[in-house]
Amino acid sequence: MIVGERKPFDEIKESVQGYEKLLIVGCGTCVSVCMAGGEKEVELLASQLRMTNKLEGRDVEIGEVTLQRQCDREYIEPIVEMARNYDAVLSMACGAGVQLMADMLEPMSVIPGLDTRFIGIAEEEGIWAERCRACGKCVLGEYAGICPIARCPKSILNGPCGGSQGGRCETDPNRDCAWALIYDRLNKQGKLDSICRIAPPKDFSTQDHPARQVNEDYLKAEPEETPVQ
Amino acid sequence: MKSKSNLEKVLESGHFAVTGELGPPACVDPEVIRRKAKYLKGNVDAVNVTDGQTAVVRMASWAACLLAKAEGLEMTVQMTCRDRNRIALQMDILGVAALGINNILCLTGDHQMFGNHPMAKGVYDLDSIQLIKMVKDMRDERKFQCGDEMEVEPRLFIGAAANPFADPFEFRVFRLANKVAAGADFIQTQIIFNVDKFARWMDAVREKGLHEKVQILAGVAPIKSVGAARYMQNKVPGMEVPETIIERLKGVPKEEVSKEGIKICVDIIRQVREIKGVAGIHLMAIGWEEAVHEIVESAGLLPRPQVS
Repeated sequence: MIVGERKPFDEIKESVQGYEKLLIVGCGTCVSVCMAGGEKEVELLASQLRMTNKLEGRDVEIGEVTLQRQCDREYIEPIVEMARNYDAVLSMACGAGVQLMADMLEPMSVIPGLDTRFIGIAEEEGIWAERCRACGKCVLGEYAGICPIARCPKSILNGPCGGSQGGRCETDPNRDCAWALIYDRLNKQGKLDSICRIAPPKDFSTQDHPARQVNEDYLKAEPEETPVQ
Repeated sequence: MKSKSNLEKVLESGHFAVTGELGPPACVDPEVIRRKAKYLKGNVDAVNVTDGQTAVVRMASWAACLLAKAEGLEMTVQMTCRDRNRIALQMDILGVAALGINNILCLTGDHQMFGNHPMAKGVYDLDSIQLIKMVKDMRDERKFQCGDEMEVEPRLFIGAAANPFADPFEFRVFRLANKVAAGADFIQTQIIFNVDKFARWMDAVREKGLHEKVQILAGVAPIKSVGAARYMQNKVPGMEVPETIIERLKGVPKEEVSKEGIKICVDIIRQVREIKGVAGIHLMAIGWEEAVHEIVESAGLLPRPQVS
């Protein structure tokens, strides 16, 4: 999932200053699962803002809605009319969702309520960890299912570096050395050979951005438009 | 000869090599380099200049190399992948070779979080092993990393680092083998205080026959104080300082501690010299360049050979 973190309250408060009607829009997918921008978090933020506004003598109307996804037009469409009744939208989606909202609501101001962090997994309750950097050319098959690009701070493809100590990374005593994990698992698999060779420089052109993906088969399968009679 | 390097000549002719290290200043003052160069001249066969060690901004390694070279030293430029992508690395490689710097130490680099600009973007387009291979292909195949050919190749003697004290210990020698296969001509190790562990690492190195394919220079350094020893023991990742070293420093009167630090360094040099497959030492007296002459002389490594 895409893991996000709610922006600090003061930063949000500052960014919505001056709007008299504010709509907070949650996103029901990734950021809901990581407890940053789902229905509950929208409710919490709305109450916080209402309370602060009351204390500081501001009259602001705050609306709340949570969509299933903000990265897909069909989920945004039903609220476009309603959203236009507000002065601004505070989107609690990841950066992709915020942008699609801003496109569809143009020229309205759409403000981000989260900082988008990474593609990751739920490590344990309340803890998420990065696993993928969307490099565009997956190498997990060579590294026993442990990504050195995402999980080594220097993205070393020929590791481990000299800072691997007791299975931990020199950059953070709480961080596993990805290469210690790779070594251990390949060892268990009897496949250490796969790191006893030189991994060539990675082709980073697969990471060019803005990236775009087209599914030709899907486009071809779409029914052709009926010709105008 | 693969390169135009004096260090290569010294090693190839079978002499026990001595390399030194010079930390460039975090300012423009060229006198800092000239002063340090004086302490190194005549005592070592080549001098490394660090490339933003611990990710702190300092004068560029190639520039400091050029200043020290003008003082009559043979230089080794250190080059890290932290701040440059493969385009910038290759441009710098062409540049240093054209300037008459004949040795290069290929490193991934200390992570930017350790330095004075932790907010900087790390590059890491290549890692050290890929950098070694790239320099080798430039030199021996006259090819850029993309495969394009060049007319005049950089005749560099290629170095790499190895840390016998990092984990997983069993894999360290395999990684060294990867560095050798990539094209490393010489290796400079992490500073050795735990000679027993280094000797065990060398056993594994010889078992794989790597000492016959690459020149291994054992990293050594003098310790100036008990505090410095403790710092290295606890705060520097991948460095092992045994308690016996600290006890030795503590066992002498305060005013004798730095002298004892030099003695320990000389003792370690004598011990590593006895280990089969060790081709020389890399003496890292960063911030204590004045001690270099005494250490090298006491270790019986003077005068340095003149090989033509």
